[in-house]
Amino acid sequence: MAPNISPLIIFIASIFTSNMILNNFLGMCSYLSVSTEYKTATGLGMAVTLVLVLTTAINWLVYTFIIVPPELYYLQYIIFIMVIAALVQILEMGMDRYMPDLHAKLGIFLPLITVNCAILGVTLFMVIRHYNFIQSVLFSLGSGLGWWLAINMLAAIREKLASAKLPPGVKGPALSFIITGIMAMAFIGFSGIFTIQ
Amino acid sequence: MAAEKIGANFKRNMFTENQVLRAILGICSSLAVTNTMKNSLVMGLGVAFVTGLSSLTLSAMRNVIPHRVRMLVQTLVIAAYVIFVDLLLQAYMPDISKQLGPYVGLIITNCIIMGRAEAYAQSNPPIPAMWDGFFAGLGYTMILMIISLIREVLGFGTVFGFNVNFVGFETWTIMIMPPAAFFIIGSMIWFISARAAKKAARQAK
Repeated sequence: MAPNISPLIIFIASIFTSNMILNNFLGMCSYLSVSTEYKTATGLGMAVTLVLVLTTAINWLVYTFIIVPPELYYLQYIIFIMVIAALVQILEMGMDRYMPDLHAKLGIFLPLITVNCAILGVTLFMVIRHYNFIQSVLFSLGSGLGWWLAINMLAAIREKLASAKLPPGVKGPALSFIITGIMAMAFIGFSGIFTIQ
Repeated sequence: MAAEKIGANFKRNMFTENQVLRAILGICSSLAVTNTMKNSLVMGLGVAFVTGLSSLTLSAMRNVIPHRVRMLVQTLVIAAYVIFVDLLLQAYMPDISKQLGPYVGLIITNCIIMGRAEAYAQSNPPIPAMWDGFFAGLGYTMILMIISLIREVLGFGTVFGFNVNFVGFETWTIMIMPPAAFFIIGSMIWFISARAAKKAARQAK
């Protein structure tokens, strides 16, 4: 049984109040390593959002029609990760064949995405919270956009800070974490609006 | 490559090349579960277990796996051990399993495991590979414990759930919220890399 929350609330809450990075710490690896340039960060954000929506929709169908009837719950991790890997592979090949422009822009990010924890994370959250199909799709769209927002903000700040004089050791990941911490504090300001759990 | 001694491997994985602080791997789960020490300990040991056994398995199979499908095989082996850990937690520690929620499943995408499989198990015999993976997991556990110690003492005034707040000081709510995790790990990485930079400068002289 799906929880009785409007899909629109789930959508907005997953962008702001339960942002994938700032609240759930998901997808940190690529968030930290691909955020030195605003343009590449935008490309990755777009690719993550696209893959997130597609995999969550497919994983919802797979979960409801393949895993639940024979009670294969213990195999769900393997099935989900295979679906994600296969989908990313197919998407890359299809894009290369039919949308070479888009492939040139997003292609290099696609293999990275298979191991992005946000993708598997959203699927697992969807399963744990018993979302229905519409709720899952909007949840994944919101999570993707929230992730995109966060990586773009970090990239913009890092571009500005690239020429700043900094104490030794803080440059690189340490600084990114501290910036993210401040961003997360700012996002706490949204927490009164809606909460989903 | 000459086999490394177990002691040297332990020191490398725990301190000099700690996977979390030096290689910035496995961050996702290391921050999310650090609000209490109990969760961190369980999570850390789970990761150490999975890393050790998957390194052992993958190293034993390293000459049989075709190079092109090795990522897929690695993921499957890791997923199999994660399912094992997940079922174990559900059976014996249902409360913790519920609190960790999706983060147990997310051990699959923890980059430390894949990183050890690629960097060490691929080119070393099974038993050293197992120790390497296990020690990398212990290094990860250690960082988790340090972060969660700071967060739990300042945020709840407790250590492993026991009250240590004898002076009645006001606990900091921010410590149990996500930003604190970012600040603490940021400061730790800052401290470690500043020290490493100093050491390198001294050696260069």
